[in-house]
Amino acid sequence: MLINWYRFSSPVSFYPLAGTGAHVFGVLAALFAGAGLFVALYAAPTDATQGDAYRIIYLHVPAAWMAMFIYLVMAGWSAAALGFNARLSAMMAQALAPTGALMAALALWTGAFWGRPTWGTYWAWDARMTSTLILLFLYLGIIALRNAIEDPRRADRACALLALVGAVNVPIIYFSVRWWNTLHQGSSISLTVAPKMAMTMVTGILVMTAAAWCYTIAVTLMRVQAIIVERERGATWLDSLIDLRRRDGIGRSSA
Amino acid sequence: MSEFLAMGGYAWYVWMSYGAAAIAVIVEVAALRSRRKRAFDDLRMTSAAAGPVTNVRGAR
Repeated sequence: MLINWYRFSSPVSFYPLAGTGAHVFGVLAALFAGAGLFVALYAAPTDATQGDAYRIIYLHVPAAWMAMFIYLVMAGWSAAALGFNARLSAMMAQALAPTGALMAALALWTGAFWGRPTWGTYWAWDARMTSTLILLFLYLGIIALRNAIEDPRRADRACALLALVGAVNVPIIYFSVRWWNTLHQGSSISLTVAPKMAMTMVTGILVMTAAAWCYTIAVTLMRVQAIIVERERGATWLDSLIDLRRRDGIGRSSA
Repeated sequence: MSEFLAMGGYAWYVWMSYGAAAIAVIVEVAALRSRRKRAFDDLRMTSAAAGPVTNVRGAR
């Protein structure tokens, strides 16, 4: 079977695919989140030293991982947008930024509420926390830069450049606990070393991470659909999109 | 149930974290739904102004 993948690189053919993808990954995210929350809040045992405060780990670690992954994916799309002058790649990068910002904010927020009972402080100017705060500011800066430039194609290039330059921050966050003597602990889970925590806890974190991945894919596809409609306005193919709207059931309840 | 909500004395920290995450997800999905719908409503208005009316009717 031959599939012409290349045709999905144009917004017109990608639009319905994004709708299906958003639906499928939305359902998957809900399933993983249900299972993950059951483990996180109920099935997993109370930690011997931290009590139930440790349960924040099931949100904190996935959010922090996603904040870094999303940035790298966004930088990848930005590179593709610059290299191939591809509109859809730039739209994908644009669609990822707000969810990346949300994940970075959640990582910082849950970190603060975990740090207070365990370290005695909501915030410290520790290398990992500071570099994660910079990550949040990079996301916000990219969003603000886009809003400040009228011409979307110029905004694409400017944002792509900023995203690529800012990518240097991601390895700094990741290795900060090794390079500096930080208040933040080292890696809890590694691909090379056996985990230092109970299997139930590891499972819970991985299931919650799967939920975060699926959620991110779903909302990014939803956002890229909105961006396509907003930006391609005036293109003739958009008239046929009004038909697609019914097929996807967008606004079914209100329309 | 109340024991579950108490979270071994860490209720404030645990529920502030989980509550914030829940609110973030609900707000983001709701905002995206309305943004997508708004984009379509704008599109329908512009195409109604520019194109033939039958086109819009046909879509409804």
